[in-house]
Amino acid sequence: MKSLEELKAIRDKAKSAINVREESDAGTRIVVGMATCGIAAGARPVLNAFAEEVNRRGLKDVMVTQTGCIGICQYEPVVEVYVPGQEKVTYVKMTREKVAEVITEHIVNGRPVTAYTIGAYQN
Amino acid sequence: MYRSQVLICGGTGCTSSHSLKIIEAMEAEIKAAGLENDVNVVKTGCFGLCALGPIMIVYPEGCFYSMVTVDDVKEIVQEHLLKGRIVKRLLFKETFTESNDVKSLNETDFYKHQKRVALRNCGVINPEVIDEYIAMDGYQALGKVLTEMKPEDVIQTILDSGLRGRGGGGFPTGLKWKLAAGNAADQKYVCCNADEGDPGAFMDRSVLEGDPHVVLEAMAIAGYAIGATQGYIYVRAEYPIAVERLQIAIDQAHEYGLLGKNIFDTGFDFDIELRLGAGAFVCGEETALMTSIEGNRGEPRPRPPYPAVKGLFNKPTILNNVETSANIPQIILNGADWFASMGTEKSKGTKVFALGGKIEHTGLVEVPMGTTLRTVIEDIGGGIPNGKKFKAAQTGGPSGGCIPAEHFDIPIDYDNLISIGSMMGSGGLIVMDEDTCMVDIAKFFLEFTVDESCGKCTPCRVGTKRLLEILDKITKGNGTLEDIDKMEELCYYIKENALCGLGQTAPNPVLSTLKFFRDEYVAHVVDKKCPAGVCKSLTQYVIDDEKCKKCSLCTRVCPVGAIQGTVKNPHHIDQSKCIKCGACADACKFKAIVKK
Repeated sequence: MKSLEELKAIRDKAKSAINVREESDAGTRIVVGMATCGIAAGARPVLNAFAEEVNRRGLKDVMVTQTGCIGICQYEPVVEVYVPGQEKVTYVKMTREKVAEVITEHIVNGRPVTAYTIGAYQN
Repeated sequence: MYRSQVLICGGTGCTSSHSLKIIEAMEAEIKAAGLENDVNVVKTGCFGLCALGPIMIVYPEGCFYSMVTVDDVKEIVQEHLLKGRIVKRLLFKETFTESNDVKSLNETDFYKHQKRVALRNCGVINPEVIDEYIAMDGYQALGKVLTEMKPEDVIQTILDSGLRGRGGGGFPTGLKWKLAAGNAADQKYVCCNADEGDPGAFMDRSVLEGDPHVVLEAMAIAGYAIGATQGYIYVRAEYPIAVERLQIAIDQAHEYGLLGKNIFDTGFDFDIELRLGAGAFVCGEETALMTSIEGNRGEPRPRPPYPAVKGLFNKPTILNNVETSANIPQIILNGADWFASMGTEKSKGTKVFALGGKIEHTGLVEVPMGTTLRTVIEDIGGGIPNGKKFKAAQTGGPSGGCIPAEHFDIPIDYDNLISIGSMMGSGGLIVMDEDTCMVDIAKFFLEFTVDESCGKCTPCRVGTKRLLEILDKITKGNGTLEDIDKMEELCYYIKENALCGLGQTAPNPVLSTLKFFRDEYVAHVVDKKCPAGVCKSLTQYVIDDEKCKKCSLCTRVCPVGAIQGTVKNPHHIDQSKCIKCGACADACKFKAIVKK
């Protein structure tokens, strides 16, 4: 170890690997449906993409987690986003490609991507 | 990048209930489910709630699974990790509300009163991976000290923080450093006392197992402050996991250049070696410990000269306990004021306690100094099991004393405990309920000190032996009132004349039980009764003829054939044969056998 900067670089790199162990209090929750229907429709890569994107941007108090089937299997993979104080937003037929946009627009800038929500598909 | 992490305790407590097998099974099951790139299994140090082990925490949800078995692993992987359905039957019941919500662990009674400074990384990081320690700001304090601070500033910071030695004595750590720094010598040493010997104490073990790097970092900081280049950790060989992880930590720190030559390119050299103790209690005493490191028989020597003047190999030496060390990097990073803001006027910071005995949540807790005994035992520890009544708490191990129920609301700090005849000690806290005999407890600790006395000085070698003989006489019902007075006198004599701390404090268990529970001693001597029904010579099992249904079950369970009687005929216990094991009383369905 030659300098404090070198140590800090190791810290920042290692930090992102263990971030997930911090208890995020009542922040935003991104919940991916991971029942048989969701997994079959490709929910796992979507879940991983969310986790990677949140980590890449270093977003604090955002938790990426999973749930079972919520009963709209034809729309899987389904992702629900809970922002404190706002109504829940349900994204349907999610893919890896859509993930970055949802994070940027919805989580960071606070504008839900209506084109991917269940409302857009039902209308 | 893992979306989920499964933390499994690899401390001694959970390891003894097969947590390592659970880790293996978990890894295999995760692989079978094709999740090996999504989910990471991490072996950590102790979470503190040892009574509920083996413990597993699954993030990001923070689900706290308790008493997990290998058979549960498949369900956790299939349900929780694959489908996101929490396995509720395994959740620690306090993290689970009636409305089916999962509560954060930090909101449970066990954790919410705690403040984790020394234990901050225990149960959070993998102790065998230096990067995880660095991620939690590890070695930042060492970097700061070496590049930005002068040795005297480091000492001043520790002085200002008010940190006192956590090994028991409570000597101000900064002052110890200052004295050693002031003595010029060609070589000085930093030693870490990891020879935790009190029965029931496992605070230091948990820090060593859960966060070994913090000890190395603190020792290097101390080395810089006093001008030492060599450190020794004296750790007991009975802590194999701690020894292994310390060695891994030392090797990793070497690899990163955080130990060795020219650390942070500042010209500062510091190295650490392990020395294993063979498990003698007296080697926790500082002069005996250093004698043992030198390769001699572990016996104490008179002080002065103090180690800061003439210590290891006759060079100025400082000796800090593990928990003390665990506070130091935090004090450097957060400042003396931060540390001094916690605790009481004369006892700053936090203290780790190992809860044991008759308590619901056996385990490890860290609370600010000044927290009351009631909070620690009732709120954090979950109270006494089976609705029994609290009788006393024992602190300080064989050197400490008992705190009776009347002092239940005393704020715990160094000076308060001494004022009521006990001491902080290293942090063992053994809870006793109404079924505990205080004379028997005093005898237990005396047996320990008699065993562990090194024999160098007469007051300890002979005095503690005589004390134990009197105690034995009393518990057998042969004691007299004069014996009690004689015993008390002998206690004070040993206290004044023994050579080292072990001998000087050895009578404390007797003195403090005499102070608060003299009536129990008197009951043993005058009434020939043991009020708690523990001392076998003074208790009898008898059959209540009115309740007895004459089923003859007791005659069959008695291991020594002391009960006579056949079906439908009266039963009787032959007291001369009875060994008072209680098997008959446990077996009787009609509660007809009572202890008197």
